[in-house]
Amino acid sequence: MYKNSINFMLLFSRQGKLRLQKWYVPLSDKERKKISRDLVQTILARKPKMCSFLEWRDLKIVYKRYASLYFCCAVEDQDNELITLEIIHRYVELLDKYFGSVCELDIIFNFEKAYFILDEFLLGGEAQETSKKNVLKAIEQADLLQEEAEAPRSVLEEIGLT
Amino acid sequence: MALKIVKGSIDRMFDKNLQDLVRGIRNHKEDEAKYISTCIDEIKQELKQDNIAVKANAVCKLTYLQMLGYDVSWAAFNIVEVMSSSKFTYKRIGYLAASQCFHESTDVIMLTTNQIRKDLSSPNQYDTGVALTGLSCFVTPDLARDLANDIMTLMSHTKPYIRKKAVLIMYKVFLKYPESLRPAFPRLKEKLEDPDPGVQSAAVNVICELARRNPKNYLSLAPLFFKLMTSSTNNWVLIKIIKLFGALTPLEPRLGKKLIEPLTNLIHSTSAMSLLYECVNTVIAGHDVNGSPFLPPFSLALFLFLRFQLCVQKLRILIEDSDQNLKYLGLLAMSKILKTHPKSVQSHKDLILQCLDDKDESIRLRALDLLYGMVSKKNLMEIVKKLMLHVDKAEGTTYRDELLTKIIDICSQSNYQYITNFEWYISILVELTRLEGTRHGHLIASQMLDVAIRVKAIRVFAVAQMATLLDNAHLMTGNVQRKGICEVLYAAAWICGEFSEHLENPMQTLEAMLRPKVATLPGHIQAVYVQNAAKLFATLLKNQEGNTDRTAAQETSQLMIDRLPLFVQSANLEVQERASCILQLVKYIQKLQQKDVEVAEEVIALFAGELNPVAPKAQKKVPVPEGLDLDAWINEPPSESESEDEQPKAIFAKEEPKHSRARHTEVDEKELAKRREARKQEQANNPFYIKASPSSQKVYQEAPGVEHIPVVQIDLSVPLKVPGLPMSDQYVKLEEERRQKERVEKKKKEKKKRKEKRGGRGKKHDSGPESEEDITPAHMVDIVTEEMPLADSEKLPVRSHRAAEALKSPAEDGDAESPASQEPKKKSSKEKREKKKDKDGDRKVSVKNGNPTRETALWMYIYGAEIDIQGNLQDGSQVVVSVIFENKCDNFLKTMEFNVLDSLNSKLQRPEGSGPHDGLSVPFQLPPGVSNEARFVFTMQSIVMPQKLKGTLTFIIKDSSTHEKLDFKLHFTCSSYLITTPCYSDAFAKLLESGDLKCSSVRLEGVNMPFHHLLARICFHHHFSVVERIDSCASMYSRSIQGHHVCLLVKTSGQTVSIDAKCDEPTLLGNVLDEIKQTFSQC
Repeated sequence: MYKNSINFMLLFSRQGKLRLQKWYVPLSDKERKKISRDLVQTILARKPKMCSFLEWRDLKIVYKRYASLYFCCAVEDQDNELITLEIIHRYVELLDKYFGSVCELDIIFNFEKAYFILDEFLLGGEAQETSKKNVLKAIEQADLLQEEAEAPRSVLEEIGLT
Repeated sequence: MALKIVKGSIDRMFDKNLQDLVRGIRNHKEDEAKYISTCIDEIKQELKQDNIAVKANAVCKLTYLQMLGYDVSWAAFNIVEVMSSSKFTYKRIGYLAASQCFHESTDVIMLTTNQIRKDLSSPNQYDTGVALTGLSCFVTPDLARDLANDIMTLMSHTKPYIRKKAVLIMYKVFLKYPESLRPAFPRLKEKLEDPDPGVQSAAVNVICELARRNPKNYLSLAPLFFKLMTSSTNNWVLIKIIKLFGALTPLEPRLGKKLIEPLTNLIHSTSAMSLLYECVNTVIAGHDVNGSPFLPPFSLALFLFLRFQLCVQKLRILIEDSDQNLKYLGLLAMSKILKTHPKSVQSHKDLILQCLDDKDESIRLRALDLLYGMVSKKNLMEIVKKLMLHVDKAEGTTYRDELLTKIIDICSQSNYQYITNFEWYISILVELTRLEGTRHGHLIASQMLDVAIRVKAIRVFAVAQMATLLDNAHLMTGNVQRKGICEVLYAAAWICGEFSEHLENPMQTLEAMLRPKVATLPGHIQAVYVQNAAKLFATLLKNQEGNTDRTAAQETSQLMIDRLPLFVQSANLEVQERASCILQLVKYIQKLQQKDVEVAEEVIALFAGELNPVAPKAQKKVPVPEGLDLDAWINEPPSESESEDEQPKAIFAKEEPKHSRARHTEVDEKELAKRREARKQEQANNPFYIKASPSSQKVYQEAPGVEHIPVVQIDLSVPLKVPGLPMSDQYVKLEEERRQKERVEKKKKEKKKRKEKRGGRGKKHDSGPESEEDITPAHMVDIVTEEMPLADSEKLPVRSHRAAEALKSPAEDGDAESPASQEPKKKSSKEKREKKKDKDGDRKVSVKNGNPTRETALWMYIYGAEIDIQGNLQDGSQVVVSVIFENKCDNFLKTMEFNVLDSLNSKLQRPEGSGPHDGLSVPFQLPPGVSNEARFVFTMQSIVMPQKLKGTLTFIIKDSSTHEKLDFKLHFTCSSYLITTPCYSDAFAKLLESGDLKCSSVRLEGVNMPFHHLLARICFHHHFSVVERIDSCASMYSRSIQGHHVCLLVKTSGQTVSIDAKCDEPTLLGNVLDEIKQTFSQC
């Protein structure tokens, strides 16, 4: 097991449904499932007024609830809980900017976009870009590239009629 | 061609996209699994099409399903296809799917190397970006090795967007392929001064993480980081740099000195709590390392201490904050400080006690943890009083139980170091028994026992309290919810019985102990009641006979005789036994009493002797009497054949004649000396042996004894009798008064002294605050440590059986067994590997036999050891064989068919409708170098004989489209029909006695291995379990899938192993024994 700032990030609903998961450490599917199940249960069992940190196995869990969604990160023992909380908040802000006051449904239906944003923000468990503006710019440009690629390709074109 | 495209596009219009899938799942809440399985079928269809858009859509949907927990590993190849699309839209989806679904064991990853390399060098920075992002999730050592150079080049890319990602991913590459670190490091270092702040911060991140793993190599970068630290304004970067310095300073103390200034500035100036917290933590951690602060010189240490105080002050601000998170972190950091600087934390007691009122349980628990370390003699009573208040108002049993255990932990820590008044503690314990529904009755009970035994002066008080508890026992047993607390009665009854001479009103207590209601208590408590009623009875007799009032004594006996039958009827054996024993005794006493014989002295002798706590190493202090040589044999050493005589041989009819060798006829003096030396050597190395060091004996002889025994001081300012249940609070007050008095006395004394010593250096600090040492305890615990010299009465315990028991070193029993029980485990795994290896060998031979000329394209491993028997005991005839196929050639293998020639006895299970000679198709294809496992089920008529089945495997090599054939043999041993089944020794004995079993035996010569290895081997290879093992003899058991019992008795002497066996099926037994013989002949 090697050191890594953020070991994984989970998003889940109040009903315990997983909405997004990103693993920065190599684990088998079985372990991932077990961890996320355990953790979702532990966090949902906590009372609303409790603090955002808990010690879980040998990791520190930092979580925060935004509306109906829980955002949860697992960090190493020496890591800074407050900056992790800030990372979560930054990600929520990014989602909010991108979708325009984001809600759970946005993330469900555009889950790949949520991943793309996360991937521009964090890489391999480390924050790669601290400027919100830069992250959004990169996403917009990549999206633009995608649209360019999609735009000229109509059904007719593909059949070879044009 | 055009038609195909049209078809694809039209299909696409009807395909579900991701949104449709999500919507569908939400609309099928009741039958989600069914809906998804139809969706997966659709996806499989879509993946078969050539249209990349359809495929990408399918892969996108799969990624979503993967998140929901469905297995999508079967589509790994399709994901690779989508990844390699030239269109960014699809590539993006492909890489996303790969980063979510692939891990190191995904075998198609190795197909991606070239594609990723191509994407990394793509002119489009976003292509490169997605490739890097994806790679960060699924990089394997192979990929890291192959792509390290490409990524290194990207670190100098013109676009900061790429540079930043390349730098970060380099960390992953280093982890997977450490050799890449050396060539890449100069460039990484360069990036610390990159003009783009994002790239710079990425480089700081990577180096910080590397330095956390191995700080020594990064010391040289300290000046550079120092510059960054003073110039950077980015909190994210600052936090990382501070963390890095935290890792470096223990190696270079001078760094600490330089850091103080900027760290202090940051602590004072920053508004970011995360940065403040990091600084404080680093300063604290700097203190942690080897207990020495950053700076060795004294003046600097003082300077730093002030900074340290600053940290504590800042933490106080955190804890006082209304934000739960800051409060929690503040407490967490405080607990780190507590380890090195308890004093600095103690001054914030008020604050931490306040946190006990917090609505957040995790904060309360943190505060409790802190309190444990904060107590002192001075504040213990106060803290516990606060905690008791919380116990009363705590809602929810978990938190209350936590409080309870914490109170006991706090009070009992390091041998009750902080308790000055044990009456107070007993009162606290008694108050705790009033808690509703706690689980920790046994904890309270053990504390009561411990204190009563070890603090002699407290016994009078404790007994009075316990008598009251016994009298009010109905309060504890009445409610079902209070089950746990009745454990306390165990302690109460024992204390009242053992120290009954202190009882105020023994008759009343005896009656309380013999109430009919007692029969509702758990058995083990009743047993203690009965036994201690007898002790109490003895004391009573003595008192009453002393009074010359014979009738009273007889009435007491009558009471016992009346009440005990209730316990004689108890269903609990222990209670029953004790009760009937004591009942008979009392009846006999009554008979004697009627003849006017005085019995009290004799009855009391039954329970004579005091229970003394004895130090674990007390034996050391007992001198060895002159003329006693502990190393000399008392009897002739036992001959090795002796152990065989003790074996339970009766159960096996046939017993081989023994080769008894008279080995120990004469041992000369020299030999004896040699052995003695060897034994001493062994003892010296054995940590469990008490060493006979000459010094300790001397200490003993010199110790005059009495003066050194800690004398229990009874402070009479504490009232020894408190009517009714105590209120612990009064002790707090009393304690205050007592201390006040002591202080006054001390002052007086000192004044006197000063008067006497006028003109001398009269600088006394009498008016200063009371220090820890000044507080003299009201009672002392009998602390049993090594250093304590023995009192005269403890020197040579002869009479008291209890003391003798306590002297016995527990380690001696334990250590003989543990290695024996652990070793077979280790061994078995090793053997498993060995076995696999030689099985592989077997296969190779048989494969080559089939095709002597052609080079084999495919290896098959058939793990004999792993012929896995399904425990299908109803059927009893199914055997599952796992076969691992490994493709050793460079071509893709497909359409594999596995076929076995059925015999009369065993048949390969084929799907319905297929003929008896049809092969079974293997459900996978094999890319080059890949291995996979398939399972086949066989039906067996009879399992008493081993079987060999011939079989063939046919397959097609993809490129040449040629059919290939491979012959093999499957060997079913009889042992593979056995299932390891545990068996208890009594069931085992019954089985052997039943007489239904036939016996047989085998003898193995020249087996040169320890007995437990031998057993482990039989257990592992032949699926037996050990029932019982006595020295070099063991009984073992196993059961076949058809329910045959197989019993073994294995004996070893020298290199000969004899196995006597019994089984209800002689043929099976014969074959199993042959196989066992085979196993040991190979080694």
